[in-house]
Amino acid sequence: MEGPDRKKGEFDSVNYTPRGTNFLPRDEESHQAEERGDGRGVGVRVRKAWCDMHRIVILGGGTGGTLAANRLRKAFGTDEAGITVVDRDDAHVYQPGLLFVPFGLTHPEDITRPRGRQLRGGIDYRTTGVDRVEPDQQTVVLADGSTLDYDVLVVATGAVLAPEETEGLTGPGWMERVFTFYTPEGAAALEQALATFDHGRLVVNVVDLPIKCPVAPLEFCFLADWFLRERGVRDRVDLTYVTPLDGAFTKPVASDRLGGMLAERDIELVTEFNTGEVDGAGGRLISFDDREVPFDLAVVVPAHNGAPCIVRSDGLGDEFGFVPTDEHTLQSTSHPEVFVLGDAASLPVSKAGSVTHFEGEVLVENVHRFLRGEPLDASYDGHVNCFIETGFHKAMLIDFNYDMEPLPGHYPGDVGLPLLKESHLNHLGKLLFQWVYWHSLLPGRDLPGIHSTMPTRGKRQASAV
Amino acid sequence: MTVTSIAGVDVDLNEEGFLTDSSQWTEDMAVEIARGEGIDPLTDRHWEVIRFMRAEYEAKGTGPTVRMLGKTSGVPVKELYQLFPKGPAKLAAKIAGIPKPRGCI
Repeated sequence: MEGPDRKKGEFDSVNYTPRGTNFLPRDEESHQAEERGDGRGVGVRVRKAWCDMHRIVILGGGTGGTLAANRLRKAFGTDEAGITVVDRDDAHVYQPGLLFVPFGLTHPEDITRPRGRQLRGGIDYRTTGVDRVEPDQQTVVLADGSTLDYDVLVVATGAVLAPEETEGLTGPGWMERVFTFYTPEGAAALEQALATFDHGRLVVNVVDLPIKCPVAPLEFCFLADWFLRERGVRDRVDLTYVTPLDGAFTKPVASDRLGGMLAERDIELVTEFNTGEVDGAGGRLISFDDREVPFDLAVVVPAHNGAPCIVRSDGLGDEFGFVPTDEHTLQSTSHPEVFVLGDAASLPVSKAGSVTHFEGEVLVENVHRFLRGEPLDASYDGHVNCFIETGFHKAMLIDFNYDMEPLPGHYPGDVGLPLLKESHLNHLGKLLFQWVYWHSLLPGRDLPGIHSTMPTRGKRQASAV
Repeated sequence: MTVTSIAGVDVDLNEEGFLTDSSQWTEDMAVEIARGEGIDPLTDRHWEVIRFMRAEYEAKGTGPTVRMLGKTSGVPVKELYQLFPKGPAKLAAKIAGIPKPRGCI
């Protein structure tokens, strides 16, 4: 969908004005086409047709890109907007499922589906790498050098793992006694290692924040405790959670509750540990201030960066390749025609699927408003909603936003799933969610009773849990 | 929130001892806060980090994390830990009179 012969930057004299044709003076456009005098009459006609359409390009066919594309396709007629989704491969992984792979509860092939199949009809899907975005030119340069011009760009490129940034992490012992479950390969390799692990020191370590799904490493600890007890070897294993935070989690009430749950399960908590080096051969985590935690088996969540194509895009991302984004409108703070959702955004909010889902509603509304030249909707409130699997067929649920920390009570109202409390019902909710993800969330259907803004009904303000 | 006198000036501190209004901060306060945290004296290298923290806060509305400091301040992470033991981002933010970095979510 390269805009045929469109001269880049031709009409965007006012920054906050989209370049869709609705805003273009017709005669000037024809005049310029004539002036070009390249004899490509057909091209000129095609160009007019294209110019009546908004060109929306979405980078990333994961949770955010898919649900944004499907919602945008519903919001715009096929004669109003062309929508193109670009991703480098066709494997859409249900990432919350990776947590269960090391315990043999699911397998990578059961949580992976083709990306293109999750998109509604009328969406152009391209399987190709992205070299970079040239935001000032409103162009995406693909891996093969071809380009895609856009009126609106949606960045949903997610986060990538950067294990190589930690000294020694990918050295001796990597994928032998040092694993991560944040990739399908890592999770599958860890399953093999855990199956025969029956004594010694199992250490779970978060290198640095932000990470995707910040509760997942805690869930891993809870599930490891359950898994080892089921196998009758828990008393022969020392289980330790090593975090750079000053508690089990960031938010005070939830941190206390989760810290208590680690203690109840005899899981040691090591805090304010900033991993500087992983010595796989010697079996040691070494912090920047020279503390050491020994291990026989280490499960490490590496540091995260934004996607490499964002790092290569001048002026779009920050030093880690995350895109600075308005907290409430989801518009890029540097380029008004760029909107961002999910893990790719540099926002003070968890990198989690629920966040992406809640952002999706606001983002689609704002793409619509932007293309109509209307003021944006500043209603994204930082809403996060996470199931925390706690083992023994139970789970906990937390729900919070920019301003309000996770509190006890019920979600989404006075009657609902218990908050900050382990229950079998929450476990069933977590399991059911995979179905909801493929069949309701990705297609962009509204989930009954679930809104993008955080509910306060059903929550108790008391800090005692 | 409590009102405390630092370097002869009354300032508002939150429950963790961070200034709630960064505009109340002075360089003399940095020296006194640092001393209270066991850092005495503040060297040029300390000041380099403190000034960088304040500039980042003014530009972005939040202080940098350790990893960001290591990548952008010109002071390697290992040295940051020598200058500001335990938690460089947190401690340097406290001394620089800006809120605790909220990068960790």
